Amino acid sequence: MNSVLVVIVLLALTVVAYQLGLARSRKLERASVKSLVSGAADRLHSRPSYHGWLAVLRAAVPALFVYIAWSIFGDQIIGSLVLAQIPADQLPSDPLQQKVLLQKLNNLATGFGIVGDALPFEQEAAAYMAKVSAQGNAVAFAVMAASAALGLFWSWKNTGYQTRARNEVERAIQIGLIICSAVAIFTTVGIVLSMLGEAIEFFKVVNPADFFFGTVWNPAFATSGAGSTDGFGMLPLLAGTLLISAIAMAVAIPIGLMSAIFMAEYASAATRAWAKPVIEILAGIPTIVYGFFALVTVGPFLVDLGNVLGIDIRATSALTAGLVMGIMIIPFISSLSDDIITQVPRAMRDGSLALGATKSETTVKVVLPAALPGIVGAILLAVSRAIGETMIVVLAAGNSPVLTANPFEAVSTVTVSIVNQLTGDQDFSSAQSLVAFALGLTLFVMTLVLNVVALVVVRRYREQYE
Amino acid sequence: MNNPSAAATSSSTFKGYRAIEQKVKGSLNGRKRAESRFVIFGIGAVTVAVSLVFILFASVISKGFPAFWQTQIELDIYFSPEVVQVEPPPVESNFESPAEYVNSRQKWVNSLGFVNFNALMVDAVAKHIPEAADSPRSAIALITSGERFALRDYVAEDPSIIGKTVRLSLLTDANVDVWLKGNIDRSLPDEQQQLSATTRQWADQLYEKGVIKNKFSTALFMNPDSRSSLAAAGLAGAFMGSLFMMIIVILLAVPIGVASAIYLEEFAPKNKWTDLIEVNINNLAAVPSIVFGLLGAAVFILWFKLPLSAPVVGGLVLTLMTLPTVIIATRSTLKAIPPSIREGAMAVGASKVQAITDHVLPLALPGILTATIIGVAQALGETAPLLLIGMSAFVASIPSTPFDQATALPVQIYLWQGNELRNFFEGRTSAAIMVLLGLLLTLNSIAVVLRKKLETRW
Repeated sequence: MNSVLVVIVLLALTVVAYQLGLARSRKLERASVKSLVSGAADRLHSRPSYHGWLAVLRAAVPALFVYIAWSIFGDQIIGSLVLAQIPADQLPSDPLQQKVLLQKLNNLATGFGIVGDALPFEQEAAAYMAKVSAQGNAVAFAVMAASAALGLFWSWKNTGYQTRARNEVERAIQIGLIICSAVAIFTTVGIVLSMLGEAIEFFKVVNPADFFFGTVWNPAFATSGAGSTDGFGMLPLLAGTLLISAIAMAVAIPIGLMSAIFMAEYASAATRAWAKPVIEILAGIPTIVYGFFALVTVGPFLVDLGNVLGIDIRATSALTAGLVMGIMIIPFISSLSDDIITQVPRAMRDGSLALGATKSETTVKVVLPAALPGIVGAILLAVSRAIGETMIVVLAAGNSPVLTANPFEAVSTVTVSIVNQLTGDQDFSSAQSLVAFALGLTLFVMTLVLNVVALVVVRRYREQYE
Repeated sequence: MNNPSAAATSSSTFKGYRAIEQKVKGSLNGRKRAESRFVIFGIGAVTVAVSLVFILFASVISKGFPAFWQTQIELDIYFSPEVVQVEPPPVESNFESPAEYVNSRQKWVNSLGFVNFNALMVDAVAKHIPEAADSPRSAIALITSGERFALRDYVAEDPSIIGKTVRLSLLTDANVDVWLKGNIDRSLPDEQQQLSATTRQWADQLYEKGVIKNKFSTALFMNPDSRSSLAAAGLAGAFMGSLFMMIIVILLAVPIGVASAIYLEEFAPKNKWTDLIEVNINNLAAVPSIVFGLLGAAVFILWFKLPLSAPVVGGLVLTLMTLPTVIIATRSTLKAIPPSIREGAMAVGASKVQAITDHVLPLALPGILTATIIGVAQALGETAPLLLIGMSAFVASIPSTPFDQATALPVQIYLWQGNELRNFFEGRTSAAIMVLLGLLLTLNSIAVVLRKKLETRW
């Protein structure tokens, strides 16, 4: 069916149904006004526009569902009917070739034609296809028309003084809203189920203990040995992730926290007005840009610095990635901590200042302890962000999965390995691909724990001062 | 005060006060120094953070800005009928099916592909440097390889051009651009140079004559990606891919996000279920983006069999990723609207739904717009989940539907930064980053302006 035409028909149906409901109920309303004058009052329960919308709900919405169902399943139904019609000796067994054949038949059936002459069985099948799809479209259209007509008739019969049109329309709206808020739940369920499903497939091949406690990560090598399941130890990746996150936090916590304190306690309104948005620009920069910055600016700079200091620093190393990730996280810590510090009640500061404490003493000994739970929550959220960060480490960490605590060496992380395992040419069912889901599940659980703890801590803190 | 013991007590208290006062005074200098140290740390932290922003931008802009200009060679191309020997193009007749016409047209264009367009360009170069006719290899190395397809397309579009001379501005090879801009060490020995000594010498001669000029190039904006003709690689394909994805995000994430925010904020009863939804949404907002990529790979590609590398899958993944952001931002807008608005509407007989649709939503509109822009900006810059659903594939065409293969702007940046010709692509990548940052800054400033203009303070 021509989808543009159907949309136009459905829109027209909506307008007709709305006008019908509106006209019916208006007539009743006018009658009620007259009867009000004569004394026998019978008032309309809902405003006429609700009767209009109710008619739309009854007439156009079922038709829309029929159309959606037909456009999803119609082609499949026609395709299987046509394939069943083709003589068995001509039918390719490969599903991909069946698809190609169907496409060819479709070109013949719609009159676009094919290059060269069609085989007799193809012409026959194409004619059959044209017939079936015409019939199918006609049936679908008839069902749509019937449901629309039924809906219209129902509305026509059922528009009365007592029809609780508003309540019904509002209930439909609420159901729609509930369905929308369920999407977020389904996303989480989808994440857990899909990762768990694929990870279980992976753990059928590889022993979970080897995965969680193995110290060698070399899955690409495992492809060469047939059926080999060695080299899936995730400890080197975890160590790399933690090393880079630690460096990032060592950069971000002092700078972020100190600037939050300065902004909240010392800076004039004018300084705040320009410095805060400038720092927050850092939060809006895509991570791929940080990765590129690390690769072409920070990495070479660190190599030069290392030469001056006499240390051997690799251009792509845990230090490069960690430093740049720290820069990325600064605004995260500073704006969250800023919010929390400004929430500490004024009276606590005033009390401390009245006793003769200096501003810095008040900040360190009164404000910060009071804000500590919130700040800890902010830091936990930042850590979860650092662990899950991908593009900076893909570009700048050096992708070398070795167990090391030396920040000047190249390392690899959980996220880098997920990208490496899923962007190659392996098929999705091999252990080399499935391991990405096991890694993803580990990552998800780690960040979930951090997030939930952080959220609980922050929420407790808010309740304390609200 | 005639009791001596009381007098003694008071004087010792007084002495105690004096001692404390002295102690306080003695420590005062140290405390003041500590105070100013603290302030200096604070200023230092802010300065470091602010200067990091400037360093980052300066690094990208200094590398990327020159890449918007590319060296181009201006040649009088003579479409000689001896070289361009093709039959007249097929005409659509009533006797063949559309499929047959498309096929014979394609055959004709393919036959054009056998024409030696390079010879035309070498002839044109030889007008400026006579020796070029003798070593066509060195001459053709000046011009990026994609330009012969550009010439083919000229002829395919208008066959009457054969036999005429046209002045065309052609992109030079990426290596010529690098050489003329000084992005490669000119003193390197021959075997480390990308171009032959002859080509380098000619490039310099033509540049001095003004035949090769450094001009603003639209190739970056108008062309899709290319691997064979690096100088002509552009962002158009990635831009369209991103555009399709953003349309999908706006069409899906905004209605669904706003609807669930309204439900949670206005209708949901306070119970365990809504608590669970709330924790769940807050947690989803902090889930690493790559996890959404895994979700997309498993659900949309493995289970639903949607095509790899298609913007429709990318759009769906980014929708799921931005949904929590939109919900949280919309909820805080709804929370900020005072209950008196709803109560006033309901007091004069409106139902709850009417109070929301007629009073709360119009007031929340600026906040919802801001939430939309924040969500779109987040989705536009995201790379990692797109890599997992195959959008890092090389795509040399501009997608025309959301189901075609495509990349996205950030993914294009990822692909370009890995190109072997670093001297050329460092600038190209930085230029692409400038385009992306420009788009994001525009979006964010629109959000800021909207918020300032339309926001009501209660």
